[in-house]
Amino acid sequence: MSTITVALAGNPNAGKTTLFNTLTGARQHVGNYPGVTVEKKEGAYTFATGEQASIIDLPGTYSLTAYSMEEVVARNYLVQEKPDVVINITDASNLERNLYLSTQFLELGVPMVIALNMIDVAQDRGISLDAQRLADLLKVPVIPVIARSGKGTAELMAAALELAKENSPWNPLHISYGEDVDLALQTMAQRITAAGFMTDSYAPRWLALKYLEGDSQIREKGRAHNPAVDAELQEIVTKVSEHLHQTMETYPEAIIADHRYGYIKSVLRQEVISHKFDIDRLHASDRIDKVLTNRFLGPLIMLAVLLGLYKFTFTYSELPVAWLETFFGWLGGNAEALLPDGHLKSMLISGVIDGMGGVLGFVPMIMFMFFGIAVLEDSGYLARVAFMMDRVFRIFGLHGSSVMAYIVSGGIAGGCAVPGVMAARTLRSPRERLATLLTVSFMNCGAKLPVLALLTATFFSKNQAQLMFLLTLLAWGVALAAAKFLRLTVLRGESTPFVMELPPYRFPTFRGLFIHTWERTWQYIKKAGTTILAISILIWAMMTFPGLPASEEENFARQRQEILAASAAPAREALEKAEAPLPEEALQLKEKLTALDSDQAGRALRHSLAGRIGTSMETVSWLPGFDWRTNIALVGGFAAKEVIVATLGTAYSLGETDPEDTASLSETLARDPHWNPLMALALIVFVMFYAPCFVTVVCISRESGSWKWGLFAICFNTVLAFSLATLVYQGGRALGFAG
Amino acid sequence: MPTILLREMQKNQSGTITAIKVGGELGRRIRDMGIVPGTRITIMGRAPLHDPVAIRIMGGTLTLRNNEADHIEIEVANPEENL
Repeated sequence: MSTITVALAGNPNAGKTTLFNTLTGARQHVGNYPGVTVEKKEGAYTFATGEQASIIDLPGTYSLTAYSMEEVVARNYLVQEKPDVVINITDASNLERNLYLSTQFLELGVPMVIALNMIDVAQDRGISLDAQRLADLLKVPVIPVIARSGKGTAELMAAALELAKENSPWNPLHISYGEDVDLALQTMAQRITAAGFMTDSYAPRWLALKYLEGDSQIREKGRAHNPAVDAELQEIVTKVSEHLHQTMETYPEAIIADHRYGYIKSVLRQEVISHKFDIDRLHASDRIDKVLTNRFLGPLIMLAVLLGLYKFTFTYSELPVAWLETFFGWLGGNAEALLPDGHLKSMLISGVIDGMGGVLGFVPMIMFMFFGIAVLEDSGYLARVAFMMDRVFRIFGLHGSSVMAYIVSGGIAGGCAVPGVMAARTLRSPRERLATLLTVSFMNCGAKLPVLALLTATFFSKNQAQLMFLLTLLAWGVALAAAKFLRLTVLRGESTPFVMELPPYRFPTFRGLFIHTWERTWQYIKKAGTTILAISILIWAMMTFPGLPASEEENFARQRQEILAASAAPAREALEKAEAPLPEEALQLKEKLTALDSDQAGRALRHSLAGRIGTSMETVSWLPGFDWRTNIALVGGFAAKEVIVATLGTAYSLGETDPEDTASLSETLARDPHWNPLMALALIVFVMFYAPCFVTVVCISRESGSWKWGLFAICFNTVLAFSLATLVYQGGRALGFAG
Repeated sequence: MPTILLREMQKNQSGTITAIKVGGELGRRIRDMGIVPGTRITIMGRAPLHDPVAIRIMGGTLTLRNNEADHIEIEVANPEENL
């Protein structure tokens, strides 16, 4: 049984992901391309004959220049990995522009099958296409498909398999780019062939073409490979460029693009495509846009959509959240009853179960949130949001596309700064990208939500939904202000192009939504399951060791004996037998013992490593009103924000160990005299804006290419958060809000 | 027929691109998306703050900022009728 490698390539919005999902179903694996953080999706497909295909979903691109990381990744994959066949998925209702990328694949010479996707949409728009005619003219198989229903995909894969089996050498298409460019290409190609200049990896004419297009990646490689030849080629390029500029006021890459489109037009004109209606005819999508991007209605609807997402997420996730809480409560109760006392029991309950419960309990909420975002993304509405927001974002030195990164990071609360930082990759300008990278972590990510939800539910339960909405607005305000600040100081400079597609509105497919939601939620769970668990245990260790000195332990044991000795025998017996209901005297005895236990646990925690760190930080943390317990939780939160809840839980369950009282952390906080709404608000503000979790810091460093920026994010954010939280707490106290 | 800048076009006005006077990354990005001389475009509308602008080109919709549209010259089909 042979396995062929199929690369899936195409424009964004051509239905590439839908086709990938249809072909591979649940058999996918998401990873990363080596060295960069562009997502690499792989899946498997089985033919009716039992043969296998490994399918690689290349990032969606419009071109094969080195314009974006995605384009470089797609091109490198094709050139270096040499897949057996490329399936180029095109939007049949938008064929002319989609064929621009196809033409570049043809110029590269890679074996290719064209999938004419959304052939049904094209028909509805009065576009009829002759696939056979197009195949004859381009000399590659062209198969009409409907990716969403799976129609035509078997034929498509059969054509791919056939082509792969032919195993013919790459056959680059030569397009004429006009006299000046053609002549230069010829001279350069000859020079490249003669010198053996990178000919192992690239065809000579293609290399020459890339030099003329001013491709930065190829030029860099060329310089490294052979500086002399590179200089020679560069000289020819300069000469042609000057000539073109003087005679026609144009550029080589413009001429090349024009001729590519000319080639496409000449192909399509040969009875490939015919339009029944005027090409500018208004489609259903345009009519929707008349309302959704309307000057007055548009922003109002956008606000309503975001609010709706909130309601959806908070309301519908309530029940599963309660189930999970019950489950972990039950688990903790069982562990308590079954395991022998000691460090292992303490670690399992306070470290593992509480830690996992604190994190997993919020999975349903995160899942609902991701589902909502997936609907917005897949329907095409998010692109409209970017369109409407660009003018605003530009004021802050950002790009309309920054909105994606912001939203993924938690601009619609519940994202994650890690994929958000990665979403910033679509931004080309290093400055706008950095400004986005460094500010997305201010958004209310899914990991901060448990903390915010806990605090709002405890102290502001009446207005929780409204307050959470206000907190999102606050996150946006601070993030944008910070971006502007950065763009005016450390990241000064010009803005980048905003040429973007507004894809037609589409009903999201259930499968697409499901996979989308599941992938993101799974990422969160994976992170929770590994990093968080490890940190939860580490923090348990920090909070347990070093233990109290033996003299103090003895002191507590003696006190316990004294209490027991002073009590009446029947009460002691009743307590030992755990009679229900306990007689009055036994209850009093129990209370005394519990108070002693809490006292001991509290002292032990203060004595531990974490307690010492937290206590020493109180020298500054009194300004925003945090005590040492909160400080410990915040230190843990730097490792990952979810840990804040887990640590507070651990801190309090250790501090007030009462086996009979399984009150939630929320109730514990509400009872604690140290806590009040003002301090909770200061903590909320601090948690929102202080140092991003270390995973995000690692991503920022990697995406920006320097640890300097990761370090910058830690310091900048923490200083900002500390100032804001202090302002809230001290300001609130001065105004008399302390309660 | 008069040639004007894309920025100056009104909503629903159509025309044919005559020149794109920009190179480098912006020029390449514009061309990658199908905005090339000889292509017909129609203004679909503008964002709530009048910027960016949405255009219909080759059957699809693209958006670009006004200051980017300034590099694109259009031969307007029939200005009187559209204005």
